[in-house]
Amino acid sequence: MDIFSSLHLSRRRLIGAAVALPFTASVVRAADPSLSFDLYGKFGVLGLEFSDKVKRLAGQEISMKGFMAPPLKAEAQFFVLTEVPMSLCPFCSSDADWPDNIVVVYLLEKQTFVQPRQTIEVRGRLEYGSWTDPETGFVSLLRIRQAEYFSV
Amino acid sequence: MRTFLAAFAATTILAGAAQATTVYPLDRATILAGSPFDFKVELNKQVKPEDVKIMVNGQDYRTVLGGEAQFVELEKGKDDKALGSALLLRGLKISAPGAYKVEVAAGDETKSVTWNVYETAGQPKAKNIIFLLGDGLSVAHRTAARIMSKGMTEGKANGRLNMDDLDHLAFIGTSATNAVATDSANTMSALMTGHKTAVNALGVYADRTPASLDDPRVETFGEAVRRTTKKSIGIVATAEVEDATPAAVVSHTRSRNDKADIVGMLLDVKPEVLLGGGSAYFLGKEVAGSKRKDNQDYIKLFQDAGYKLVTDKNELAANASAEGNLLGLFHTGNMDVTLDREFLKKGTVDKFPNQPGLVAMTKIALDRLSKNPDGFFLMVEGSSIDKMSHPLDWDRAVVETIEFDQAIGVAREFQKAHPDTLIVVTGDHTHGVSIIGTVDDEKPGTEMREKVGTYAEAGFPNYKDENGDGYPDKIDVSRRLFLSANNGPDHYETFRPKLDGPFVPAVQNEKKEYVANEQYKDVPGAVFVQGNLPKSSESGVHAVDDVVLQSAGPGSEEFHGYLEQSDVYRVLADTFALGAKQTN
Ligand SMILES: [Zn+2]
Repeated sequence: MDIFSSLHLSRRRLIGAAVALPFTASVVRAADPSLSFDLYGKFGVLGLEFSDKVKRLAGQEISMKGFMAPPLKAEAQFFVLTEVPMSLCPFCSSDADWPDNIVVVYLLEKQTFVQPRQTIEVRGRLEYGSWTDPETGFVSLLRIRQAEYFSV
Repeated sequence: MRTFLAAFAATTILAGAAQATTVYPLDRATILAGSPFDFKVELNKQVKPEDVKIMVNGQDYRTVLGGEAQFVELEKGKDDKALGSALLLRGLKISAPGAYKVEVAAGDETKSVTWNVYETAGQPKAKNIIFLLGDGLSVAHRTAARIMSKGMTEGKANGRLNMDDLDHLAFIGTSATNAVATDSANTMSALMTGHKTAVNALGVYADRTPASLDDPRVETFGEAVRRTTKKSIGIVATAEVEDATPAAVVSHTRSRNDKADIVGMLLDVKPEVLLGGGSAYFLGKEVAGSKRKDNQDYIKLFQDAGYKLVTDKNELAANASAEGNLLGLFHTGNMDVTLDREFLKKGTVDKFPNQPGLVAMTKIALDRLSKNPDGFFLMVEGSSIDKMSHPLDWDRAVVETIEFDQAIGVAREFQKAHPDTLIVVTGDHTHGVSIIGTVDDEKPGTEMREKVGTYAEAGFPNYKDENGDGYPDKIDVSRRLFLSANNGPDHYETFRPKLDGPFVPAVQNEKKEYVANEQYKDVPGAVFVQGNLPKSSESGVHAVDDVVLQSAGPGSEEFHGYLEQSDVYRVLADTFALGAKQTN
C-alpha cells in the first residue's frame, strides 16, 4: 500500500489502514483522549458510578486499550473489550461471571477477530447509559460506537 | 460384519429407548406425603385426548390423583420441532403413603412408573436444622484444611477440624437424572426436594420443552417448611444468593442461569435471613453494575416486604439482634474468597473492602433465627471451595474449606446450647483433586518439578499458625502441600500459590478452544500441563466420586451407609416431621 494515497482517505479509513501501517496511525492517534479501565469512580453493592472522566468523555472520540473477549462469531460487528484476557464468551454462557469493567464495542464495519490474549486498541465514540443489544439481548452501560480496532 | 450389524441394532434400540414416553416424577421417585408436585406425561406422538389412558394403582388417575390433567395436543421443541402430545397436572398432592404405580397407554405407547410416597415421624425430632454445604467439598480439601490449619507431627494431625467430630457419617451418591456427572444445581436440588433432577435444574424435573420456567415442579425444603411449620428460614452463602446452591432452597427452574427470576423466587418464599453476594441481580438495568434485563428494583421490593438491608460487615454486626427480616448483600457478584479478603487483599477486595466472612454471617443468622420459638432451618454454603477448585487454585480452595469448617464450629457451639438442633455437613459433589505430597523450595535445582516430594521425600509442610486464628500465617511457605487435579484444560503448573489473585488456568482462542494462559508461562519453573478434557473446557470439572456427609444431633442416626443425595431430604423431612399424617 502507498502511504501517501492513504493520507487522502478519511481519518476513519486511515485508522483502519493502521492495522497494516502502525507507524502512520500512531501519529494520527495522538489526538484523541484515551480511556483506561478505571471506569468507575465509586463501587458499591447498590450500584457503581462511572468516573468523572467517563462522563466527561461521553459523546467524544476516544481510544482505549484492552483485550477482546471471545466473541460469538468469528466475524461480527460487535464484541466486548476487557481489561485482562477473558476465558469466557459473554454471549455463549449466560452465567459467566462477567467483570463490571467491560466496554461493548460496535464496529463501523465487520472485522475479523483476534486472539483473546492480543492487546488491541479501539477507537470510536464513547457512549454511556443502559442499552440492550437487539440481536443478543446483552445489556450494556458503556459502549464505543462506530469503532475500529487494531493490534498493538 | 455381523458384529457391526449387532452393534448397529443395539444403538438403534438404545436411541428408541431414549425417546420413550416419559412420566414425571420419574420411576422410583420418592415423594413426601402431602407435598405438592406437578405430574407430567410426555408422549412421543401426537394423539387425541381420548386415546390416552392413565391408571394409577389400577384406577383412573383422576380418582387417585384428584384432578384432571391439562391435555397439550402438541409440544414444540427448538425451531418448532414437533415433539408429541403431553398431559400436565400441576400442584397435586398425595397424602396416603405407599407405592403408586402409574400406567400410561396412548396408541402404541406405554409407560409404567412407580412412586414411593412416604410419611414421616409424627413428632419432630429436632427444633432446628443447620444444613452446611461445602460446595465441591472433597476428601482432599478437608485433609489439606486439617494439615494446613492444625499441622501434623510424625504423621499424626496436631488438631481436628470441627467437621471431624460430627459423629454420624454416610457416603452420598451425586449423579443426575441425565448424567453420571453432576453440577451444584442438580445436587442441591436433590438435597432440597428429595427428587433427583438434571444438570442445571432446580426444583423441577427437566422436561423436553425449551422454556426453562415451565417444567414440572416439586416442592423445595424451604417451601415445605413454610407449608407445614412456623419455623424461620435462613440462607447464607459467600456466592451470589441466586447462585445454584442457595437458590435450590426455594427455586424452580430448568436453568440455574435464570438468576433474575430466582431473585423473585427468593422474594416469594421470604427467608427471614438472606445473606451473601449477588446484588447485581437486585438492581434495575439502568443502574451501573446491574445484571438484570428489566428495571425491577428488588432492593426496594425486599424492603417493602419488611426486610432490613445491610451491605457491609459493620452494618451486619449492628443488626445482629434486631427484629424482622434481614437481607445482607455484600457484593455485586460472588464475594471474595477468604485468602483475598482477609490476607492478600486481592481479587475485588479493593472495590468491596468491608465484606463479612462466612463465620460472621453464620453467627448473625443463628442469633436472629433462634429468636423464633418454633425453630428454624438454616442453610449455610461454603460456596467458593468449588469456585476456586474449578480453576485449580488449590490454596484458595483449602483456605475456603478452613473458613467453612469454622462456620461449622459456630453451628456446633450453637448446638451445645441448643441440643434440639440437627447439624448436617456435606458437599454437593466432589472435584478430581488429591494431595500427593509437598513442594519444597529448599530442594536443589531450578526445576520446580524436582522439588515435588512424594512418599518419604515429601516430609511435612511447614505452615505456621502463630496467631491461632486457624489459618496459616503464610500460604507461600517454603515447604507446602502439593495438591493436584486429575483433570483440567491445558495450563501452566507453577507449583506455587497464586499471590496476585485467583488462578486463571486457560483462556479461549479465536477457534473457541481453551489454551494455557500464558500469563503464568514465565513463572520460574512453571511447566506446561497438557489438558485431558475437551478443548471447550476452561477449567477442571466436578468428579463423580461420592461425597461424605457427616451429621450430629437428633435425627442424625438416620445417616449411615450409602444414600442417594435425594434420600438426604427424607431425613431432613423426618427430623421436622414435615410429612406427618395431617389430622385436620
Ligand atoms: Zn462447580
